[in-house]
Amino acid sequence: MTCCAPGADMALQAAGALPSDDEVVLSSRALGNGLHQVELAVPGVHCAACIQTIEKSLGKLPDVVSARVNLSTKRVSVQWVGEKLPPIVQTLVSVGYVPNLFSTEALASDKALSELIRAVAVSGFAAANIMLLSVSVWSGAEGSTRDLFHWISALIAIPALMFAGRIYYRSAWSALRQGRMNMDVPIAIGISMAYAMSLYETITHGHYAYFDASVTLLFFLLIGRTLDHVMRDRARSAVIGLARLQPQGAVVEEKNGRREYRPVSEIVEGSRLLVAVGERVPVDSIVESGQSDIDASIANGESAPQPVAPGKELHAGVLNLTGPLVLRALRPASSSFLAEMTRLMEVAEGGKARYRRIAERVSTLYAPVVHLTAILTFVGWIFATGDWHRSITVAIAVLIITCPCALGLAVPIVQVVAARRLFEGGVMMKDGSALERMVGVDTVVFDKTGTLTLGTPRLVNGREISPSKMAIASELATHSRHPVSKAIMAEGIGMGERFDEVHEVPGCGVKGLLGKDEWALGRAQWAAPKSLDANGTVLAKNGSEVARFVFDDRLRPDAKSVVAELAGRGVSVSMLSGDQEAQCDAVAARLGIDDYAAELLPADKVLRVQALAEEGRNVLMVGDGLNDAPALAAAKVSMAPATAADIGRNAADFVFLGDSLDAVPLAMEVAKGADRLIKENIGLAILYNALAVPIAILGYVTPLIAAIAMSASSLLVIGNALRLMRRKRRHKVAEVVAPLREALT
Amino acid sequence: MTNLIFLIPAALFLGGMSLIGFLWALRSGQYEDLDGASQRILMDDEKEEEAARAAKMR
Repeated sequence: MTCCAPGADMALQAAGALPSDDEVVLSSRALGNGLHQVELAVPGVHCAACIQTIEKSLGKLPDVVSARVNLSTKRVSVQWVGEKLPPIVQTLVSVGYVPNLFSTEALASDKALSELIRAVAVSGFAAANIMLLSVSVWSGAEGSTRDLFHWISALIAIPALMFAGRIYYRSAWSALRQGRMNMDVPIAIGISMAYAMSLYETITHGHYAYFDASVTLLFFLLIGRTLDHVMRDRARSAVIGLARLQPQGAVVEEKNGRREYRPVSEIVEGSRLLVAVGERVPVDSIVESGQSDIDASIANGESAPQPVAPGKELHAGVLNLTGPLVLRALRPASSSFLAEMTRLMEVAEGGKARYRRIAERVSTLYAPVVHLTAILTFVGWIFATGDWHRSITVAIAVLIITCPCALGLAVPIVQVVAARRLFEGGVMMKDGSALERMVGVDTVVFDKTGTLTLGTPRLVNGREISPSKMAIASELATHSRHPVSKAIMAEGIGMGERFDEVHEVPGCGVKGLLGKDEWALGRAQWAAPKSLDANGTVLAKNGSEVARFVFDDRLRPDAKSVVAELAGRGVSVSMLSGDQEAQCDAVAARLGIDDYAAELLPADKVLRVQALAEEGRNVLMVGDGLNDAPALAAAKVSMAPATAADIGRNAADFVFLGDSLDAVPLAMEVAKGADRLIKENIGLAILYNALAVPIAILGYVTPLIAAIAMSASSLLVIGNALRLMRRKRRHKVAEVVAPLREALT
Repeated sequence: MTNLIFLIPAALFLGGMSLIGFLWALRSGQYEDLDGASQRILMDDEKEEEAARAAKMR
């Protein structure tokens, strides 16, 4: 179709069902006059042709007023008139783009960003103009001309400080009120003191005014802050755009038999719920009627689908695979499995909450030292000269010169560059502090199902089964959505033999007539009752077994090499799973993991992670399921694949988009590089202070020297941070090689 | 000195105009989809194309 015919992103989507129309209506908002608007994430858009295809096809729908694609955020916003929802989702799918819904609360952060950009613009304007006036002063403007320039600078600086500086004042104030110190406190004090003194100098026709210093400082710092924000926003919006695995609502059958789609929050204990094939169970419930198979891998880590029949209890979040089910809700959403996981997560949150960021640790030392130096300078000058005005001027010059411009930039700039590198490698970093916590990780804990494995079964003995039987089996398998059927389909080549009267028996298998023979593919117990082994999947002809299929969970590409690489670096690797012992043993043996534990409850996983932490280890947890979420929160730092449950994705510090586990060593490597650069940058900032502060204390600092020193130190820090980008080229090569390697194996 | 009375306000006015221009562009959403804007320029405007074809037919 186009250069970017969807495909690459489809794999990602496979795990999530399409948002139903009811869900779309729930997340839309009314704009008045019968106009409604909804925003959908379309991760598949890449280029102009994609934009045009989507906008044109949606625009053709009768009620749609406008459809606009945002390529940066990969979203489409659709407005329509009338109460009835136009077939937006179906249209998008028909042109090849799979849409996802995302929660609207995420849109709030956009406001903070636009405030930052406005502040950068205003402070940039002010800094440029004041700097030009200052250059005239430095180059020899005298007397009333100098006073005029100072006055104009003061007038320009006031709105800039009020508008752009309030971000720092607010942050400094809230830190001080809580009795904490942050980097914004010395910044706020520095720029205010510089302004106040310069104003006094201007009024008294003084020589030196620091308006340029205070506004330029603000400008530089705001740039760092804005970049940091943009980076995090980008990562966050990419994560938000992923398919949501938690249903937003369910079809509820009322007492009078009416069926209505209700949001999850309105489902109460005892509600009768209808869950169609391909939908997820919204709350903990019990099966009332219907037969089906369920995939509980995301909920408890069990890789093999299980049959369900009336009377079986289901956790919220399990996927209904083969037959429609009628359920009775046992608990409302607020006390369902999902809510329980959230509670466990809050209790477990340890390593992260206790961690204090490098910048914060430095600033608690830095601010008191700087302020003390300024006060001592003042006292010293008073004693030495007795000149109040001179003493205050020198003390404030010390404050200005030590204002942590380089320091305020040192950390965010490195993290922005690191986040960019990770982004290019398909890893989304949600928080700058995650990178710091990643340093020194010595233990990696993997979940099994969905993390080390892809969570989809793979046929192992396809070659041992005769082609004709494979053909029959794969023909039957096309009639089922069961993952095992899909695995058989992937291996077999259909021979085009047409079955008569094919039907799927939920929870059992698929049955069909070929001529006079009845063929069945499914559970041994059901398809071939006389068979010796009642477990497993078989193909049966007239009730007797003709072929037996053996499956195992497909490993993620590179899982083995990643485990070996981590072990080679001296990192200990272990596996915690909710799945059965036999399955875990097989996977652990294939990957060469010695330390594993099976059949764990979510709380057990947390205990294991906490036990490791108590041994003094720095634990990185990699997991995807609902049952991993508490452990993700308990670990010092955590990663989740894009196919993870929503709650896990939110709990994790890093989310990686690709199939490959290579993201784990990549993140560790980038974190290590970033850590070195941050320390170098802080070292540079300290060195700068060691040189500049004595000059300031001795009273030799003029506005010109302050401006040069500050700009030079900022540029040095930024230049140093950019070195992290240089090592990217090596990874580009790896990107080209990896698919080739996969194709060969 | 007299030049300054004209020049400084003129300089500040021009600078201020560009600042206002930027803030206006920001507010009107022109920075919301930078990737999209760079791609949209490649899209053909259908109506004009049709008009051109219609003109040729005549």
